[in-house]
Amino acid sequence: MTTALIEAVDVSRRFSRKLDYAEKIANLFGAGLEEKTVHAVDEVNLAVYPGEVVGLVGESGCGKSTLGRVMAGIMPTSGGEVRWQGKALTSLEGAEKRSMRLSAQMIFQDPMSTLNPRKKVIDLIGEAPKVHGIVKGREMRDYVASLAERVGLDATYLDRYPHQFSGGQRQRIGIARALAVKPKLLVCDESVAALDVSIQAQILNLFMDLKREFGLTYLFISHDLGVVKHICDRVVVMYLGRVVESATPDELFDNPKHPYTQALIRELPSVTDRRRVFTPIKGEIPSPLHPPPGCHFHPRCPMAFDRCRVERPALKQNSAGHVSACHLNDLPANEIKNVAAEPAI
Amino acid sequence: MTPVLDVKNLSTHFMTRRGVLKAVDDVSFTVGQREIVGLVGESGSGKSITGFSILGLVDPPGRVVSGQILFNGEDLLKMPPTAMRTIRGKRIAMIFQDPMMTLNPVLSVGTQMVETVLAHDKVSRAEARQRSRDALGLVGIPSPEERLDSYPHQFSGGMRQRVAIAIALLHRPDLIIADEPTTALDVTIQSQILFEIKRLAGEFGMALIWISHDLGVVAALADRIMVMYAGKIVEAGQVDGVLTEPRHPYTSGLLSAVPAAVPRGEPLRPIPGFAPSPLSRPSGCAFRDRCARATEICATEPMLEIAADREFRCFHPHLGRAA
Repeated sequence: MTTALIEAVDVSRRFSRKLDYAEKIANLFGAGLEEKTVHAVDEVNLAVYPGEVVGLVGESGCGKSTLGRVMAGIMPTSGGEVRWQGKALTSLEGAEKRSMRLSAQMIFQDPMSTLNPRKKVIDLIGEAPKVHGIVKGREMRDYVASLAERVGLDATYLDRYPHQFSGGQRQRIGIARALAVKPKLLVCDESVAALDVSIQAQILNLFMDLKREFGLTYLFISHDLGVVKHICDRVVVMYLGRVVESATPDELFDNPKHPYTQALIRELPSVTDRRRVFTPIKGEIPSPLHPPPGCHFHPRCPMAFDRCRVERPALKQNSAGHVSACHLNDLPANEIKNVAAEPAI
Repeated sequence: MTPVLDVKNLSTHFMTRRGVLKAVDDVSFTVGQREIVGLVGESGSGKSITGFSILGLVDPPGRVVSGQILFNGEDLLKMPPTAMRTIRGKRIAMIFQDPMMTLNPVLSVGTQMVETVLAHDKVSRAEARQRSRDALGLVGIPSPEERLDSYPHQFSGGMRQRVAIAIALLHRPDLIIADEPTTALDVTIQSQILFEIKRLAGEFGMALIWISHDLGVVAALADRIMVMYAGKIVEAGQVDGVLTEPRHPYTSGLLSAVPAAVPRGEPLRPIPGFAPSPLSRPSGCAFRDRCARATEICATEPMLEIAADREFRCFHPHLGRAA
C-alpha cells in the first residue's frame, strides 16, 4: 500500500477561552467558572493518497475548515498528529519543513479577503516563488504570465489590483498564487461556494484540468454535496467535529449508512426532483461548546436508541472503502425497523 | 381572479458617475393570489432590485424611472409615502438574506415584534405581545414565551431566519417578498425553513415571491419561475415546463452548468464568458456574446414571445426538449 501524501492520525483541535481577570476574581469568591472549550475537531483520522480528490462535507460549525487548516499545516493540533508522506509534521525541520510548507497550499472561499488589496496581481502571484527561489526576479513576469494564462486570466491584467476583478477572476488569482510554488496538495476551503453557478462550473473544470496536468492531490472542503459528488474520488462526512461516514461518491449516494448522511442527501435540493414535500430532520446543530454525549447526532436522529445516548460509535467498515460511525451497524437489519418505529424522544 | 401584484414595464436605474446603470430594465410580471413565484438569476441580474422596487426601498442614486406596480389594483408608485407606509410591512412583507442585518441587535426580539404590531394596528401592548408569541410559535420556535425576551445574537442562524419570517407574518400580508432567505443556511436547516414557509403560505393564502440563485430550491418550492438576466426577465413560465424544456439558451445554460447535469467526473458545461458589466451591456440581447445560437439578428432587441404558458425573449429559442 502506498504511503498517504498527508494523513491525520487521531487529530483533535480544541479552542478555549481563558478566564479574564473579572472571572478569576469571581472564582476566588467561589463562582466556579470554567474555561470554555470548543472541540472543533475530535479525534479524526483521515488519509489522503497521492492523486486522490477527497471531499470533506458537513454543515457550518462541524469542524471541516479547522481540519483543513490543520492538515495544510497552518494550524497546530491540540492532540494527535498530522503526517506528511509518513513523517509527523512536528518532526520536520529545515529544508524538509520548508518543502512541505510549499507543497501544501490552500485556496479559500472569499478571495477578496485573502488577496492584499494594495498589491498588484503580479506581486500577489509572484512574491512567493521569488522569495523561495523558484524563479529569479527578472523571470518573474514571464512565470506569472504563464501561470495566469493557465488559470484563464488575461496576462495583460497583471498590473491591476484585486478590486478590479470579478469574483470568478479573483478566485483564479487565488488559484494561480497557490500553483506558483509548485504544490502537491491543494486544500480548497469552500472555494466555489460564493460563485454563481456558471462561474462555479468554470472553476471546477479548471480544478480538474490542473489535477491532470500537475498531478495534484486535493482536499476539497465544501458544504455542497452536489459539487463534491461530481469531482471527488472519496467523500468524508463530518458532524460536530467527528467523521461520521466515508465512502466513494456513488456508494455514499446509493447506500448511505449514517442517518445524518441520509438526511443530507434527502434534503439536497435538485432541479430534476420536483418533490413538493420536505421532510426535514428536526432540531438544530448542537453547540460545539456543549456537544451531546454518546453519538453527537442522537438528539436529531429518528433512529436513536439508548446506546446512542451514552456510547460514542466507532468508525466501522460496512464494505470495501465504506466506513460509518453508527450503532445501527451492529444491529441486524430487521431490528433497525423496530428501533425506527419507536417515537424519538 | 385579479392578481395580487401586477408589475408593468418596471425600470429601475442607478444614476452613477460612470453612467446610467439599468438594474431593472422593462420588467413585467404578475403574481396571482396564493401563488409562489420563484425569481432566479445570477448576482447582478437585478432580481433583488426588482424586489426592493416593489416595496419602494430603492435608495438614491437608484430610482424607479418608469412603469407601474399594481398591488390589488392600486399603483404603488403613485402612492404618497404615508400611504406606502401602511402597506409596507402590513400588506406586503419582506424577508432578507441575512436576518442579523435586519434585526436590531440591542433590542429583544419581543420588543421588535411588538413594535411591528403597534406600527399598524391599534391594539394594547399585551395583545401585541400575545400576537408576537403566537407568530413565533407558528414558525416552529420552541418555548416562544421565553424566546420573546431573547436578543438576536442568542438565536442560531436558522432560528433568526424563523424570527424574520414570524415578523413578516405578524400582519398576515397578502404578499411576501423573500430575498435569498435560505442562502446562508445549511442544507438541513434550509429544508426546515422551506417546509415551514410552504406550509404557512398555504395556510394563510399568501402569495410569495421567492428570490434565489438556486434553481433547486425554486424547483422544490415555486409554482412559476421567472429567470432574469442583465436586468430583464428572459424566460417565465410554470416551473415544470421551464426546467424540463427551457426555451431561452440562458435558462438551458444555467440548467446544464450544475454538476448533476453531467455524469460524474466528466467536465462540466459552464456558460462561456461572464455576465456583462451593467454599465456596458451589448445592444440587443444581452446574452448574445455568450450564446452559441446567436446570429446577427440578436443585435436587435428580442421581443417578448408569448406562447401557451410561457414567455421568453429570444430569436432562436430551443424548441422541444433541450439538451
